[in-house]
Amino acid sequence: MVKRRGHKLITHILLIVIVLITAFPVLFALITSTLSFKDAFVFPPIMIPGGHFISNAVEAWNRVNMGRLFLNSLFISIVVAVVKITLSLMAAFAFTHFKFVGRNLLFPMSMITQMLPLPVRIIPTFELMNLFHWINTYYALTVPFFASTTGILLFRQFFLTIPRDLSDAARVDGVKPMRYFFQVIVPISRTNISALFVIEFIFMWSQYLWPLVVINSANMRVIQIGLKMLLASEQIAPEWNIIMAGTIIAMLFPLLVLIIFRKSFSQGIAMQTDK
Amino acid sequence: MQEERFPGHKLLPYLLILPSALVIIIFLVIPFAQTIFESFFQATPFGTHKVFVGIANYIQLFEDMDYLHSVIITLIFSAFVIFVGLTISILIAMLANQKIKGIGFYQIALIWTYALSPAVAGTIWAMMFAPATGIMPYIISKLTNGYALNWMTNSSAALFIVSAAATWKMLGYNIVFFIAGLQNIPQELLESASVDGAGPWSSFFRIKFPMLSPTVTFLLFVNMLYAFFQVFGLIDIMTKGGPGNGTQILVYKLYQDGFVNLKTGFASAQSLVIFVAIAILALFQLRIATKRAVYER
Repeated sequence: MVKRRGHKLITHILLIVIVLITAFPVLFALITSTLSFKDAFVFPPIMIPGGHFISNAVEAWNRVNMGRLFLNSLFISIVVAVVKITLSLMAAFAFTHFKFVGRNLLFPMSMITQMLPLPVRIIPTFELMNLFHWINTYYALTVPFFASTTGILLFRQFFLTIPRDLSDAARVDGVKPMRYFFQVIVPISRTNISALFVIEFIFMWSQYLWPLVVINSANMRVIQIGLKMLLASEQIAPEWNIIMAGTIIAMLFPLLVLIIFRKSFSQGIAMQTDK
Repeated sequence: MQEERFPGHKLLPYLLILPSALVIIIFLVIPFAQTIFESFFQATPFGTHKVFVGIANYIQLFEDMDYLHSVIITLIFSAFVIFVGLTISILIAMLANQKIKGIGFYQIALIWTYALSPAVAGTIWAMMFAPATGIMPYIISKLTNGYALNWMTNSSAALFIVSAAATWKMLGYNIVFFIAGLQNIPQELLESASVDGAGPWSSFFRIKFPMLSPTVTFLLFVNMLYAFFQVFGLIDIMTKGGPGNGTQILVYKLYQDGFVNLKTGFASAQSLVIFVAIAILALFQLRIATKRAVYER
């Protein structure tokens, strides 16, 4: 018993140390974002938060028009997540509830999307945006991301576990497939929907290369590119206090999404690994 | 396993998959075919039209020392991110997968780096390692009696720091999947092993690790895609491929050649080489996954 309690204590200590080490870069960034320019360059570095966060954040915000970039990122992340989830639900429903000639296309489809990440087709995709006159538009930032076989596979796996009795009962009662889809399938997929929302939201919020390539107008930039601009706007020495305030703003939203949906997120991941 | 739950609907399933299929065809398949096509062309200096050059772009690839260097950098970088990252993550996940108080807190406290973007990670690490003003060069100089670490001039140091930053950012993601994988191992299996006298080591190597192998295979692939592509933002923020091409991984070179130097044919050839590498690994991953599925049946 004593040995066991000692074992638990060691586990706690180890975990706390690991949490602190992995969190250190962000904690340090947080402290730096609250310091004045002068205090950010003191040695040994100051480890106690100062009182300048608001003024640093306002400065970062104004310097690169962050309000607009923030809204752009928020908009494209929500649009892509919602559309991707909708299309995935629809396709997964087709692949699990109907018999049709293309049903065995799911597998090649998922292989294709896995093997064709953006960089292996970036130049023609960019030329396509030119052709559509989509450069500097929300279309370029969202539409090419709409298909997700990850989502289709995740929902497919879940739909296969739904007892057949449910759809049989619906059919006997004369319920049309789409009504069954909206009134039964979508509501019972809540957990998977939230899990996928977290994944897709964070994925879109983090996009960097594609927005860098298809956007060159100040109003259409996303927040990740805002960080690049903050770094480039440096004067004589990098104003880390201001840059870090901007960085904190840039990480806030996806963190919030992850924390709010953490339960369904972990459950969704568990379902995905349980093959 | 796949049965027909709503018989008699001929058109509906097609309408349901149509949007996804259209997006895949228009934005994935056609551009990829175009990539193959363009890799045999070169743009004229003013970009007015494109000339067929056969396999000249591919020959140029193998003669371009910068490109070959970039291949090696990418291999070192991804090997670091994958092996160091997965090893650390599996150890942390095992520690966090125990029945102790506050485990919910620890788990969220360990996975949240997943929400950070590569660019955010890059910005923070660039600050910590800023030559002369950052905290890490300060600590290193104190520990070594004055060694001045400057990764803006030392390309090996830059590659190491960029790799460490990329690995750190991915820890949360890997830990989420390892914890989920560990929790899917049937408890009875571990208990009966422990009754049979299996210690912690043999229960790890004989039971946990084999049971985790689908998770490991999956994470190998995801981490490779991450190290190949998604770190672009981190590299662009931290080093821009420098110093002296020291951190110029393939995706960065591709961006430089395609969008800065405007050598679209040459860049398309690079895209295709990257595609071949991914395709091989994807098929490899698939083979393992299907083998296992057959075995389980």
